[in-house]
Amino acid sequence: MAVMAEPVAAQVKRSSLWTRAFESRHFLGAMFMVPAIAILILFLAYPLALGFWLGMTDTKIGGAGRYIGFQNFVSLSKDSVFWLSVFNTIFYTVAASAVKFAIGLYLALLLNERLPMKSMIRAIVLLPFVVPTVLSAIAFWWIYDSQFSIISWVLIKAGLITRYIDFLGDPWNARWSVVAANIWRGVPFVAITLLAGLQTISPSLYEAANLDGATNLQRFRHITLPMLSPIIAVVMTFSVLMTFTDFQLIYTITRGGPINSTHLMATLSFQRAITGGNLGEGAAISNAMIPFLVAAILLSFFGLQRSRWQQGGRD
Amino acid sequence: MSSVQIRDVRKSFGNFEVLHGVSIPIEDGQFVVLVGPSGCGKSTLLRMLAGLENITSGTISIGDRVVNNVQPKERDIAMVFQNYALYPHMTVGENMGFSMKLRGESTEEINKRVKRAAEILALSPLLERYPRQLSGGQRQRVAMGRAIVRDPQVFLFDEPLSNLDAKLRVAMRTEIKELHQRLKTTTVYVTHDQIEAMTMADKIVVMHDGIVEQMGTPLELYDKPDNQFVAGFIGSPSMNFLKGHVRVNGVATFEGPNGVKLPLKNAPAASDGRPVVYGVRPEHFTIADDGADAEIVVVEPTGSETQVFAKLGGEQVVAVFRERHQFNPGDKVKLKPDPSVIHLFDEATGKRV
Repeated sequence: MAVMAEPVAAQVKRSSLWTRAFESRHFLGAMFMVPAIAILILFLAYPLALGFWLGMTDTKIGGAGRYIGFQNFVSLSKDSVFWLSVFNTIFYTVAASAVKFAIGLYLALLLNERLPMKSMIRAIVLLPFVVPTVLSAIAFWWIYDSQFSIISWVLIKAGLITRYIDFLGDPWNARWSVVAANIWRGVPFVAITLLAGLQTISPSLYEAANLDGATNLQRFRHITLPMLSPIIAVVMTFSVLMTFTDFQLIYTITRGGPINSTHLMATLSFQRAITGGNLGEGAAISNAMIPFLVAAILLSFFGLQRSRWQQGGRD
Repeated sequence: MSSVQIRDVRKSFGNFEVLHGVSIPIEDGQFVVLVGPSGCGKSTLLRMLAGLENITSGTISIGDRVVNNVQPKERDIAMVFQNYALYPHMTVGENMGFSMKLRGESTEEINKRVKRAAEILALSPLLERYPRQLSGGQRQRVAMGRAIVRDPQVFLFDEPLSNLDAKLRVAMRTEIKELHQRLKTTTVYVTHDQIEAMTMADKIVVMHDGIVEQMGTPLELYDKPDNQFVAGFIGSPSMNFLKGHVRVNGVATFEGPNGVKLPLKNAPAASDGRPVVYGVRPEHFTIADDGADAEIVVVEPTGSETQVFAKLGGEQVVAVFRERHQFNPGDKVKLKPDPSVIHLFDEATGKRV
């Protein structure tokens, strides 16, 4: 090494400023960060800033807008359709996330047991996650069709109902229908992630609890749940964020109907901005989602702070 | 406290039998060590005793009760796991009191018992800590504390010291033995380390390939191994084995590889020419003028003793000397085994002759 170092050092002295810049830790570090920063600015910061700005203007498609301050938000606050979409979004998120968590946890616990054909069942569970959203949305649209619904058909054949259910024509039917579609789509993510979490729990803990006299329920309550809580926090944060900002399912199945009863903030924003041409107003609706999302993230941030038992160290 | 009876216990995983009929009587208050190489079935047997594995056939009883179909929690046993299996989200105190909490005992009673166990194990200052904040030895003690609090009929230990460093292992060995002398609870202890077995056990059970090779007190096993496996397994460094024949003409001798002649105290009856394995422990070699010629290969001084590897009749043997000889590799020495403590095994069956 000592023999090698000398000629290299001599070379550095002779080299140009440009070459020497690349020898510097700081400059080189900055250069390595350029691509990442460029991508972040171009695709994240710029659209976000543009969205903020548009929300403050009266821009319409085909024309430049002018700055109007918070007028968009003032008019939205008097807009009953906007408030309905806020209600719908919260309902959609809470109902779907709660059920997704329950079913996901149940499936994860089931798949964590010794089952015949476990890997096949696992693959099947993942299926809804793999199918493109729009494709599954179209399938649901067909399942919920007022004339050709397979659910209605089965129930009629079974003699449980006498007329076809109007899944997407009645406001509450429609709300529950899209929630069901979202659950179907979101369960695999929750189930597989929780399963991964379950598999990190050492089996000897269950054996120890078994010897300590714990029943199945006690083992779940005292071992599984506390050990799984960090994973649950991550999964549910993601699940809530994805559900809150959902667009594809609603737009494909109901387009926000009937009478706006399934309009989420995301679909309403799209409708006002792109279909309706009021870019400024649409952007304002999108911006109105931000406080909710920030609240969800903060909640999980504090929930995710490592509990005392997870922290290492001697003291 | 209770006795434990293991009678003709077999265990199969599918078509593969791992325990081929094991019977071990364990007396009340005894410290029994199951020892053997990996895969000998010792841990499986312990887990069957704990109720974590089903018993394929045979019976296990604790006290007077056959426990084959008794749930683990109703067997009144406590187990210390190899990885301790401490509940990471509970403090040391909560870990130790968990079983009592599940049984619905009062907080006062739990605190009292946990406190007493903590005092026995010098864990009192650590009761509020979480397992993550403890060192390996402390975790080990918490795992034992969890067992003590239960005041069970039987303690089970599954290789409890294998995750500790060498020095701590020696210290914990003494601590466990001391604890047993104090509590006198029947204990079954599984290890692959024969030194642990020798130092701690009242009774050692040597297992190999799913059968019991021999059981007895540590010194019985050391002095009179039933077969070549036990002879080689117990003792460190291991016993030296030389293949050869018994020669009886006037005096009985052993004729080893390349004509090496080694002394025998007395020849077994009608054994002239019988093919045998001659076993001699490293510490039973002496340097003597009438010894067999050997050439020193490696010398390893440890301070208290010196291990010498030498070629004897072309075979490598190891000898241990307490006294300090000046040896160098290549030196010629005359090694003589003490004929009163040598072992002969049948070459075909490995059984003691």
